[in-house]
Amino acid sequence: MKLIKVEHAYKIYKNGTTAVADLSVSIDKGEFVFVIGSTGSGKSTFIKMLYREEKPTSGIVNVGGIDVAKLRNSKVYKLRRRLGVVFQDFKLLPKLTVYENVAFALETLGLTNNEIRPKVLKAIDAVGLKEKARNLPSELSGGEQQRVAIARAIVNEPRLLICDEPTGNLDPETSKEIMTILDRINKESETTIIMATHDKELVNKMKKRVLVIENGVLVSDTKKGSYKVHESVKDSKKKYS
Amino acid sequence: MRALRILRRSIRDSFKSIFRNFSLSMASIICITITLILVALSMFLSYNVNQITTSLEQELTIVVYLDKDVTSENKKEIENDLKTMENVEEYKIKSKDEWKAEMGKENETLEHALKYFEENPLLDSIIVKVKNVNDLKETAEKLRKYDFVQSAEYGEGMVESIISVFDVISIGTFGIVIALIVVTFFLISNTIKLTIFSRKTQIEIKRLVGASNAAIKIPFVFEGFILGIFGSIIPILLSIYGYTILYNETGGYIYTKIITLVKPFPFVLVVSLVLLVIGSFVGMIGSWLSVRKHLKI
Ligand SMILES: Nc1ncnc2c1ncn2[C@@H]1O[C@H](COP(=O)(O)OP(=O)(O)OP(=O)(O)O)[C@@H](O)[C@H]1O
Ligand SMILES: [Mg+2]
Repeated sequence: MKLIKVEHAYKIYKNGTTAVADLSVSIDKGEFVFVIGSTGSGKSTFIKMLYREEKPTSGIVNVGGIDVAKLRNSKVYKLRRRLGVVFQDFKLLPKLTVYENVAFALETLGLTNNEIRPKVLKAIDAVGLKEKARNLPSELSGGEQQRVAIARAIVNEPRLLICDEPTGNLDPETSKEIMTILDRINKESETTIIMATHDKELVNKMKKRVLVIENGVLVSDTKKGSYKVHESVKDSKKKYS
Repeated sequence: MRALRILRRSIRDSFKSIFRNFSLSMASIICITITLILVALSMFLSYNVNQITTSLEQELTIVVYLDKDVTSENKKEIENDLKTMENVEEYKIKSKDEWKAEMGKENETLEHALKYFEENPLLDSIIVKVKNVNDLKETAEKLRKYDFVQSAEYGEGMVESIISVFDVISIGTFGIVIALIVVTFFLISNTIKLTIFSRKTQIEIKRLVGASNAAIKIPFVFEGFILGIFGSIIPILLSIYGYTILYNETGGYIYTKIITLVKPFPFVLVVSLVLLVIGSFVGMIGSWLSVRKHLKI
């Protein structure tokens, strides 16, 4: 079953930059997909359209049955409740503990404390931070902070987890830990994961589906792909153009 | 229930934010306080002044003195005319003998003096009560036109100038209050703007995890509301205690019996309610405008 369906999507920013051009792709429920490409190629823009941070200028972006282009500003929250987002810079609230940071997501949705507690503990456990639940973000390592962010993203049990360079600020060892966690979330709860990254090693090791974007164009889409494919495609594209 | 929980958490956030941005919150609160004190003063003033003006207006009469040799035909003529004059509320004939008796009662020396006259030296008169103060002058002019009318007098100038001074005072305070409300709006909007900026990450995360726009906006509007309520506490206490004390100390009269104060209860309660409503509305609207401007959602 298709969870994400993108057809001929374009994103042209107000300043005239074409960040995504004629992009079509569909992603099944439960897939793990890497989005790679050099800097400024349009990875983040593509991802932002999936959670309606940006609206496509034209084309169709359908996420879980919701037509993102037609979604009104006041209804964006309906889409956001069905997915989780993780960023390079964690975006944690510095004055709240690990537990409170994760609980914050559910509090704003109006759940009772009794509903919140088991969900939060489960999410914190899933990222292996049970012992640090009462710590502040400033008392955690970068990898641990990113795990808190992941816990917050999955606490509402979304069908889709979107990650924009989640390992961008982390050393290779810590990045591996994060990937292990994401892989487990993907396998255990069939959560679809889309992850933009620069990290060749990670992509090559994971053997997942790889989308390659260059200059806003989807130039390659391979099952169990790697960064190498991306290099060859880039070359062929150069010859082609 | 869910909405209620969101509301409760919003209130908690609002209080936190007020204490976190303490100096700015204080500035807004003080500004609301000053504005509301002035609103209260102008309400007390204008309400009491209104009372005074109406009582002055009720007193407004023209005294028409008739010539010494006025005939009873003359009297009938003017009485008939008075009955048809539009601005005349009522009139009363007051003969020179009545005047004499009244004056004698009020003043002994006068009583003695009046005894020396063989004939009553005073004049017959008609006391005319008018309907409208503004046409007072015109009515008096009309009455002066009769040959047998010696004079038609009223508190010329004095009454009008008292009323117009009161008018100027209440227009002036009204202007100041409006200006202060504008300043308060501005201060509250700025306070809220800064709390929005200081909670940028929080807002961003709320949006990411799917909080509805209302759930994001409510804490800020509440913050303005609470600032308004805090700002109205001192003015309300001042109104209730200040006015009651003033009333009790003066016995309800200032200078003479002309200026009678309105009874404190329930008057001060009405004023307090108005202050509370103005304070909280100014707070809420100020922050609502700021939220609309700075939270592009
Ligand atoms: N808000 C914006 N307004 C105008 N142009 C933008 C905006 N955001 C991104 N761009 C431009 O769109 C293009 C794609 O940007 P995008 O952030 O999607 O790239 P990216 O692949 O995520 O890059 P990186 O790997 O550096 O994160 C770039 O040329 C960028 O300058
Ligand atoms: Mg990017």
